[in-house]
Amino acid sequence: MSWLSDEAISRLKEASSLPDVSGTRYRLIERVGSGGMGAVYLAEDSVLERRVALKILDVPDMLNGAGGVSERLVREAKILAQLEHPGIVPVHDAGTLADGRVFYAMKFVEGKQLDQLVKDMNHPSASGADLLPDRLRIFQRICDAVGFAHARGVLHRDLKPENIMVGPFSEVLVMDWGVAKILGSTPDEFDAEAGQSPGHARTVSPARTAHGTVIGTVGYMSPEQARGEVENLDARADIFSLGAILTFLLGGSEPVPREVAAIAQKAMAPQARGRYSSASDVALDVARYLDGLPVSAYPENVFRKGVRWASRYRVAIVLVLTYLVVRALLILFSQH
Amino acid sequence: MNKILLGVILGGILGALDGLTAWFTPEVRTMLLRIVIGSMMKGLIAGVLIGVFARKVNSLALGIVFGLGVGLVLAFLVAYLQHGYYFEIMLPGGLVGLIVGYATQKYGSAPRPVDARA
Repeated sequence: MSWLSDEAISRLKEASSLPDVSGTRYRLIERVGSGGMGAVYLAEDSVLERRVALKILDVPDMLNGAGGVSERLVREAKILAQLEHPGIVPVHDAGTLADGRVFYAMKFVEGKQLDQLVKDMNHPSASGADLLPDRLRIFQRICDAVGFAHARGVLHRDLKPENIMVGPFSEVLVMDWGVAKILGSTPDEFDAEAGQSPGHARTVSPARTAHGTVIGTVGYMSPEQARGEVENLDARADIFSLGAILTFLLGGSEPVPREVAAIAQKAMAPQARGRYSSASDVALDVARYLDGLPVSAYPENVFRKGVRWASRYRVAIVLVLTYLVVRALLILFSQH
Repeated sequence: MNKILLGVILGGILGALDGLTAWFTPEVRTMLLRIVIGSMMKGLIAGVLIGVFARKVNSLALGIVFGLGVGLVLAFLVAYLQHGYYFEIMLPGGLVGLIVGYATQKYGSAPRPVDARA
């Protein structure tokens, strides 16, 4: 005879597997996923009485020093703390648990990962919310956040739909800065080990090259990242990933306008010098497309320019034509 | 472009074009220059009024209605002074006002906010 139901036993098992956060202001509710270097838990901040996300190392860091995962988690928290932007998940707190595991608390983001959102948008039963402009506005917000990080000298290096959350009000948050790099810094132990972090199961294996370690995700990482040229990476590596994300976003949207396809193509140019020089430039080109203006990635011939101009000012053109027709008719009638 | 400036330029050009159509009426062709100048002045006045309105009221619908109204009133005055041709003068005059009203609301830029520290 069992004293506890299976459900109760499974809850107890789940509770016992949660890290011990006693001594902190947080109370764990459930595990919600895993990010770079550790697991992410939904928790309640008992002081401010709000829900937060806690990122905690999966296991205590044996190295507990330079190059260890603890240091990397703290580094990630520090980088995030420097990036105060509506499109970047804010860090509230950081500390160490009783068992030595490092953690940090951040905003609990309720929403969908971009890959899931796009899947839902592409579903045949989806409503009219899957319009191209909606997707492009989401993309613009991603570019804004990434552009802000670049302006602060931070490269994300693992931009992909799984690392982007879209909230219920279309707010966009770029997540998982675990393999971020400070621009201008020299490749360090972190770069050499980053690909081996437990939270990066989806990240390409850290195959060593002549230059360094491959950090990123296949399909979204730039060719220079794939070659392991850690020291040569700049903002254009993330811009390649932005291009790949744009391509992903356009996946279910048919037909893709030539201008938008050209923006994605330019962002994903094989050579870094062929790409946009900043994420803001990518966002600007998308904004220009949405405003009916020409985009830098797609040079137009005179005919296309004329069509776009007429489309942009169609109401004014109709009004002027109406005026001319009325004038012509009045002249015609007056002569008879 | 500033809404008043856009209204003035558009009103002036459309007014002048409106006056030029008098060329198709042989009996008034000798007075073409006076008609063009008068029509352009009418367009300029309409442009200023509509531009000022667009600067104060940010509404496409109201801008169009106001433009139409100004165009009709000014055209009515011109027709009244000429003792006739009400339909022939007021219809295109109203349309010119409507176009200027639409354009100032749609394409005119709002004035920049004043810096509170200045």
